Amino acid sequence: MTETATRLRSGAETIAAVLPPLLVAATHLANSALPGAHGRRRAGQGSEFWQFRPAGGSDAASRIDWRRSARGDDHFVRETEWQAARSVALWVDDGAAMDFASTRGAETKAARARLLAMALGLLLLRGGERVGLARADMPPRSGQSQAGVLALALSGRQTGAGAGMEHTQPVLATLPAGGHAVLFSDFLGDLAPVEAALSEAATRNIGGLLVQVLDPAEEVFPFEGRTRFESMSGHLRFETLRAADLRAAYLQRLAARKDALKSLAQHAGWRFTTLHSDSPPASGLMWLWQAIANGPGARRGV
Amino acid sequence: MAGFGAIGFATPALLFALLALPVLWWLLRAIPPAPVQRRFPGIALLLGLRERDPESQRTPWWILALRVAALAFLILALSGPVLNPRGTPTGDGPLLVVMDASWASARDWPRRTERVAQALTDARRAGRPVALLRLTDPPPGPVAFRTADHWQERLAGLVPHAMAPGPDHPWLDSLPQAVETLWISDGLAREGRSALLNALQQRGPVRVFEPDAPAVVLLPPRFAEGGVTVAARRTAGATPPADLTLVALGLDPAGTERVLARASLAFAARADSAEGVFTLQPELRNRISRFQIEGMRGAGAVALADDSLRRRSVALLSVREASEALALLSPLHYVRQALAPSADLVEGASIEDLLLAAPDVMILNDQPGLSESEAQALLDWVRAGGLLLRFAGPQLAAGPEGLPAGAPVEDPLLPVTLRAGGRTVGGAMSWGAPRRLAPFREGTPFAGLPAPDEVEVRAQVLAQPGPELAERSIAELADGTPLVTRSLLGEGQIVLFHVTAGADWSSLPLSGLFVRMLERLAVSTRGQLPGEAELADSVWQTEALLDGFGQLRRADDSPAVPGTALGAALIAPEPMADAPAPGLYRGGTQRVALNVGNNRSRLQPANWPDRVIVEAGVERPEQPLAGWLFLLAAVALMADALGTLALAGRLRAAAAVLALAFLPFAPGTAARADTPAQTETRLLEATESVVLAHVPSGDPRIDEIAHAGLRGLSIALYNRSSVEPAPPMLVDPEADELALFPFLYWPVLENSPIPSAEGYARLNRYLRGGGMILFDTRDAERARLTGTTPAGRRLQAIAAGLDIPPLEPVPSDHVLTRTFYLLGDFPGRHADSTVWVEAAAPEAERAEGMPFRNLNDGVTPVVIGGNDWAAAWAIDEAGQPMLPVGRGMTGERQREMAIRFGVNLIMHVLSGNYKSDQVHVPALLERLGQ
Repeated sequence: MTETATRLRSGAETIAAVLPPLLVAATHLANSALPGAHGRRRAGQGSEFWQFRPAGGSDAASRIDWRRSARGDDHFVRETEWQAARSVALWVDDGAAMDFASTRGAETKAARARLLAMALGLLLLRGGERVGLARADMPPRSGQSQAGVLALALSGRQTGAGAGMEHTQPVLATLPAGGHAVLFSDFLGDLAPVEAALSEAATRNIGGLLVQVLDPAEEVFPFEGRTRFESMSGHLRFETLRAADLRAAYLQRLAARKDALKSLAQHAGWRFTTLHSDSPPASGLMWLWQAIANGPGARRGV
Repeated sequence: MAGFGAIGFATPALLFALLALPVLWWLLRAIPPAPVQRRFPGIALLLGLRERDPESQRTPWWILALRVAALAFLILALSGPVLNPRGTPTGDGPLLVVMDASWASARDWPRRTERVAQALTDARRAGRPVALLRLTDPPPGPVAFRTADHWQERLAGLVPHAMAPGPDHPWLDSLPQAVETLWISDGLAREGRSALLNALQQRGPVRVFEPDAPAVVLLPPRFAEGGVTVAARRTAGATPPADLTLVALGLDPAGTERVLARASLAFAARADSAEGVFTLQPELRNRISRFQIEGMRGAGAVALADDSLRRRSVALLSVREASEALALLSPLHYVRQALAPSADLVEGASIEDLLLAAPDVMILNDQPGLSESEAQALLDWVRAGGLLLRFAGPQLAAGPEGLPAGAPVEDPLLPVTLRAGGRTVGGAMSWGAPRRLAPFREGTPFAGLPAPDEVEVRAQVLAQPGPELAERSIAELADGTPLVTRSLLGEGQIVLFHVTAGADWSSLPLSGLFVRMLERLAVSTRGQLPGEAELADSVWQTEALLDGFGQLRRADDSPAVPGTALGAALIAPEPMADAPAPGLYRGGTQRVALNVGNNRSRLQPANWPDRVIVEAGVERPEQPLAGWLFLLAAVALMADALGTLALAGRLRAAAAVLALAFLPFAPGTAARADTPAQTETRLLEATESVVLAHVPSGDPRIDEIAHAGLRGLSIALYNRSSVEPAPPMLVDPEADELALFPFLYWPVLENSPIPSAEGYARLNRYLRGGGMILFDTRDAERARLTGTTPAGRRLQAIAAGLDIPPLEPVPSDHVLTRTFYLLGDFPGRHADSTVWVEAAAPEAERAEGMPFRNLNDGVTPVVIGGNDWAAAWAIDEAGQPMLPVGRGMTGERQREMAIRFGVNLIMHVLSGNYKSDQVHVPALLERLGQ
C-alpha cells in the first residue's frame, strides 16, 4: 500500500518536474501574443453586447430590454454576440525524427513544436475555445484546468505503438465535425498517413493547419565528404562518398515535398507553413494565431 | 660510418627498409578514409540519390604520397644521418687545453669555447685524458688530467677575466713529459709567451687557435675642447677599416640605466687608434657612468667614468644693483676665472632661481641683503648638503646699520660671530704693514699647500673671539687672526673668506693659491687623476669590479687597495693578475676608475713560430640531421591528418577545435565577426528581434563587461516586460549597419578609438533615424562635460563629430523617470554622476494641476553619464552578478535601481514618449501618492 503510494508520488513528481518549464515557457510566449477578443460578428450566445433589435412576436417578454425600451415606444431585445467555442485538436509528431537538433545544445524540432502547440493551446483556452490533442484519450475541453492536462500530455512521450517509430500519425477521431486541427511535424516521412488524415478531415468538415517544423540543417544540407546517414531511429541507412554532391538534389526534393504538402493542404481547405527551430518562436506563434483566428480555410496563400 | 658525399649515416643498414615503401603504397591504396556517421531525419529524401562523380573507393594519390613520404623520412631519420661527417681525430695521450681567457678573449668567447668543445668531443671519442686551464686563473697546484666529459660539463661555466695572463707559469713543472697542447690565444703579444710556448713544445705538438678579429681597448675618457673624448686602440697590423659606435651609458632621472649619447668611432685602414667625441650638456655628462663600444663584449670595450668627468655646479649670486663697474672690478671676477675651467657656473640674481638649478656650491659676495624667507631657504639647502661659500666685503664688515664698531654681528649664515667694523692694516692711513699668511695647519683642508710670500692682506673682517673660533678657523694670517673660517651645518657647511673676492682687500685672489684653496674646499675638481704623491699614503675602497665581459658588479666585500698599488695599476699597460682589478675605487670623497686600457696600452699581435699550427676559425661542425627528418615526418603526418579530415568532410569541425584551443590567446578578436558572410548572418539575426548592441571601447575586458551587462539587461527585460531581446551584439560603427539596432551602449575610455569619417556618417545617420546611444564614461562622477577626466575628454573628442542636440541634466519630469518604473535617479555601479539628455524645448510649460510639463515630442538621441551601468547589469554565464555594487543590501538595492534604469531606458527607446501622454497622468498621480 505504502509502496504503491510512494511509487505514485515519485512518478507524479517526475511528471510535474517536466511540466513547469513547458507551461512556463508557453505562458510567456502566449503572453507576448496579446490577442484581442475574436467575436463572430453575429448575434448568438455570448456575453458581449452585439445589437438592440426590435422585439418580434416570437420573443419572450423576459428577453425585452426594458432600460432601452423605456426610452421610446418600441420594444427592443438586447442581443449578444455569438461566441461559439470551437474545438481545436493539437497534434505534435512524437516520432524519433523530431528529436533532431543539428547543433549541440540547440532546441530540437520536437521541443519547438511542443512549445508552439502549448502556447497556441493556451491562447485558445483563454479565448474560451475547447482544446485537445489529436489522440484518442485527449478530447477537446475548455477551461484553465485543461492547460495543465495539455502540458502534461505534450511533455510525456507517448508509449505504445508509436514509440521508436520515425514518425507517428494523428488521430482525428475524437474531434467533432466542424472543428479544427493543428498538426506539427517535419513531414519528411511517408506522406500517406498525412494524406489519409487530411482526406478524413475533409469529409468531416474539419479545417486546420499543417505546420512543418524544420531544423536549419535540413534546409541547407551542410554536409560534405564521405558520410553515412542514419535515420533518428536507426532503421534507415544511406552512405555517400561525397555528400556535397547530393545537396542540389536534396534541396530540390525538399522543395517538391513542401509543394506537395501545400497543395495537399489547399485541396483539404487547410493552410500550410514551414517554421524553423532556430528562429524566434513568437513570430511563428503570431502566424498560427492569425491563421486560426481568420479561419483555417481562408485561401490567401501562405 | 658510411658516407655519401656530405652526408654520412650511422646505421646505413636501416636504409634497406626503404625498399618496403612500394608495398606500403599498394596496401594503403586499398583502404579509403572512414566515413562520418551522421543522424539525419531528412534521409527519406536522400534515398536513391547518386553522386555526380562516383569516385573510386580508394585513397587519393596525394594522401598516399604524404604517408609514404612520412614513413620514408622516419626511416631516414632512424638511420642516423650526419651532415659534414668528420674523420676520426688523430693523436692520443693526454691533451692540454690552455686558454688565455683574458679581457681580449671576451669579444669572441663563444667561438673559443666552441673550439674547446670540439676538442673535448674528439678527446672523448678517443678516450684521451684532458686538462683545461686558464692563464688568467692558473691552478694553484699541479695540473689535473681528467676525462673529457668532466670538462664538457664545466665548459659552459668558464668565463674570461678582465685582466691579462701573468708572465710566470709555475704549473708547467707538474705537466707529464708527453702532452699535446691546444692553445686558445687572444692574439696579443705578451712577456713570457715564447718561454711558455717553448716549454710546451718540448712536451709535444702545440696547436694554436686564434680568431683573427683584432682586439679593441677603450682608453679612459678625458676632457678636450669642451667635449669628452674617448680614445680607442686596437691590435696593430694590417687591419681593415672599422666603423664602430661608442655609447655613453648612465642613469636617467628615473634611475634606470640607458644610453645617454652616441658617437662614431672610426678606425682607418691599418690605423691602430681612433677617437670618439661626445659634446654633452653638463647635466647629462655628470650622469655618465661608463662608455662602451656598441655590440662588442669584453672588459676592453668599456671605459668607466669617474670624478674626473664630473664637474660641480657652482651658483654665483650676482650683485643686485646693476653696477657699471669694469669687469676687472667686478667682485666675483676672480672667482669666476678660477672656477670656469673646472666647474659649471650658474649665475643669477635670485636665490630661488639658483636653488632650482640644484647647485653643489653657492657663492655669496659681501652682504647680499637676503630676505628672511630666502635666508631660510638657503639654510635648508645647506642643511641638506650644500656648500655655502661667502666672501667678506665692506657691508658685511659694517654690520647692520647703527651698530657701533666692535659690536658682535650674528648671522646664521656666517660660520663665526664677527666684530662690526673689521680692520685695515698697511693702508695709507694705518701704521701696520700688510699681513702675510701663516703656514697652513695640519688637519685643515689646506694642509700641505705652500703659503707664498706674495700674498698680502690689507683688510679683513674680524671674528669675535670665542671658544669655538680656533676649531672653526681653517686658515690664519701670520698674526693669528682667521682668514678662512668654516662651520658644519647639517650635512653641509658654510665657509667664509674674511677678505673680499676681489683684489681690493688682499692679493689672495690674484695668486695661484686661491685656485688650489678652492679645489681643496671641493668647490671645483681637477679633471685629472690624483698624483703619485697623493696616492702614496691613501687606502682605496673597492666599489665595483669589471668582469671579463665588461659587466660592472658590486664588490663592496673586496679588500681595500693601497694607493701605491692602485697608482701602479693606473699606469700599467695591461691589468695584471696580482694588481688591482679594473673597476671603481673610492678614497675619501674621490672616486677613481681603473680601466683595462690607458695611455700606455699598446696592442701588438702575437708572433707564432712557423712550426706551430695556427687555426683561425672553427671547422664546420658535424650536424646530425635526424631531428630535422623527424620534424619533416611529423609535418607530413599532420598534413596527412588534415587531408584525411578534409576528405571526410570533418575539416571544419577540426578547425573549430583548433580555434577553440587558440581562443584564450586572442580574446579580443574572437568576439568580433569579420568576414562579410558572418556579418551578414549577424545582421540577419538582428532583424529577427530586438537586439541591444554595444560599441567597442578599445579594451577587451570592458567590452566583455559591456556584453555581460547587456545580457543581464536583456534577461531583465525578458522577465519583466514584453520586450524579448535576443542576445546582445558587438557592433562596430566602422563596418556594421547600425539601423537594425534600436540602442547602442558605448563605454568610453581615455584611449577609445575615434570613429573615421565614414563611421561618423553612419552614426549621424543612425542618430537622425531615431537611434539612441548611451555614452558611459565609467569614471564615477564628473561626467559633467567639463572634460575634467581623461574619459570625459575622450568623450568630447568622440562626440565632436556627432550630430548631438543641446543637452541638459535629466529634469525631474523627464519621461525617462516614468517609462516603466518610477525613478528618481539613475545609478549604475556608481550613483552620483549627472546624466545628460537632450534639452527640452524652452516653451514647454507645466499644465495646470499637472506634475509634468507638456513634452510630447522626440526621443533623446543620446544619454550621457558616467555611472558604469554595464558593470551593474553584468551577469555571468550562471546568471550571477559579475561585479560587486555598493555594500550589502544597499548595493543590491542600487543594482536593482540600475536595472530599473536600464528597463526604463529601453522602454523609452522602444515606445518613445508614450508615457508622456497626459492620459497616463491620473494613474501616475495615484502611484506617486499625490
